[in-house]
Amino acid sequence: MAADTIPRPAPPEQIRAVPVRHAGRWVAAAVIAVLAAMFVHMLVTNPVFQWGFMVDNMFAPPVLRGARTTLLMTVLAMVLGVVLGIGVAVMRLSPNPVVSAAAWTYVWFFRAIPRIVLLFFCANLGALYATYELGIPFDRQLMGALGLDGDLRFLGLDGNQIFAGFTAGLIGLVLSEAAYMAEIVRAGIQAVDPGQTEAAGALGMSRSTTMRRIVLPQAMRVIIPPTGNETIAMLKDTSLLIAVPVTSELNFQLRAIGSRTFQIIPLAVASILWYVALSSLLMVGQHFLEKRFSRGFGSRETRAQRAAREADAVGSTH
Amino acid sequence: MVKAEGVRKSFGHVEVLKGIDLEVAAREVLCVIGPSGSGKSTFLRCINHLEKINSGRLWVDDHLVGYRERGGKLHELPDREVSAQRRDIGMVFQRFNLFPHMTALQNVIEAPTRVKRVGKQESRARGQELLERVGLGDRVHAYPNQLSGGQQQRVAIARALAMEPKLMLFDEPTSALDPELVGEVLDVMRGLAADGMTMVVVTHEMGFAREVGDTLVFMDDGAVVEAGDPKVVLTDPQHQRTQAFLSKVL
Repeated sequence: MAADTIPRPAPPEQIRAVPVRHAGRWVAAAVIAVLAAMFVHMLVTNPVFQWGFMVDNMFAPPVLRGARTTLLMTVLAMVLGVVLGIGVAVMRLSPNPVVSAAAWTYVWFFRAIPRIVLLFFCANLGALYATYELGIPFDRQLMGALGLDGDLRFLGLDGNQIFAGFTAGLIGLVLSEAAYMAEIVRAGIQAVDPGQTEAAGALGMSRSTTMRRIVLPQAMRVIIPPTGNETIAMLKDTSLLIAVPVTSELNFQLRAIGSRTFQIIPLAVASILWYVALSSLLMVGQHFLEKRFSRGFGSRETRAQRAAREADAVGSTH
Repeated sequence: MVKAEGVRKSFGHVEVLKGIDLEVAAREVLCVIGPSGSGKSTFLRCINHLEKINSGRLWVDDHLVGYRERGGKLHELPDREVSAQRRDIGMVFQRFNLFPHMTALQNVIEAPTRVKRVGKQESRARGQELLERVGLGDRVHAYPNQLSGGQQQRVAIARALAMEPKLMLFDEPTSALDPELVGEVLDVMRGLAADGMTMVVVTHEMGFAREVGDTLVFMDDGAVVEAGDPKVVLTDPQHQRTQAFLSKVL
């Protein structure tokens, strides 16, 4: 055959070239290394840091309780903020102009108020009315018009009791967070292809089922990353609860130790380390949430999918 | 099954349907062809009330679509009743519109379980059966983005069939597909027609229209220009505009 006579080309030789030297990279690395060494040196040699004292106080029982309060406040404020935010976002997209305008007003108003100002106001709502009651609106006027005496109220709460400490802080943070979440959720809902709503409608699904089953799960993919940022911002903003004040919270407790012992720096560093640690914890949670809601958007087979396929394979062999 | 009388529809000042009259009998396959912008997709969307008509009357299965006539006055149907009407009308979209966060099987069983409250076991078995019918029995756990366009469109057909519709609407079901994937979708549709499903198909597939269609309608500029037996219309169009259109696409 012809192939025997024509020599096949030799495989190309592996290239062994002298690489380009990147002098700039080495210089940059050296500068950073020196700066890092200086930083560590300062941490170790400067006596003001009082590391032993810091560690002792960082895990003192009131501080640990403070960390728990801070986390609980973050989680509660975010959960309620997200729920209220979804409500406001859905209202904002309502075909009813009054409902939509109310939602717009809510977002406009609460986004305009600094959290610390809102928290201070919430803490003092007890001054507005002594008791807060649930009942029929304008009940006294109504009963008066009917020629009757008395009121139509069934639940009364002491204003100074609800608008103090933890509850006041929670109310302030939730009201503020809902305004931000409403915008995030609205962006998420609007990012979903309108064809999805049409397809669901064509299958005879109601508006609310479509929102719950089709639109929101897809919107979640867009909603979660900014919500993660909001959660971390919320964790840090719990330190603003000093305006209420919420005395059981983490930063308040650490500062209290700092001022009592006159060791401001060690306790401020302890505060930094606590917030860094708690933020990192929340980032891990965000990672798993993002994974959960990206179903059907990566091309890889998910674990649930593989399990289902394998279960089917087992089923078909029997 | 479907009856339209003087159906008109405007978007703002643009009138896209200028009085459509047609009728589709049960078990009949009606194919609608025409240049883009001729209003054929809009008309299809009026049939299941995805678009509201501005005048005329439209009936599906002897029920007025989207309205109720009482004492010589039309009353809009509440959302709940519009949804109920749509349950009997399956729709297949050009861009599939599968739910991307659900597997093929979940896509198919979503509406039966949520809307008709069919039990999980029963709807799963039925979903599996439907996916087998469209040739995807081995891909039930795949997400839409793991399927080819042709496979996605077949899932979309199975999803529509899961509601056991009396009428199927197809809005250019093969227009978004690579040419080599068109055949598999048309095969499924051919099977449906053979089983006696009433179908309204907006399409550019003249071969399919000729072979499967009982009636062919040529629409242009919001009006029906010519209608009749596909074999006759496609080979011997009477109207000048039909001739001009067919000379470009055939």
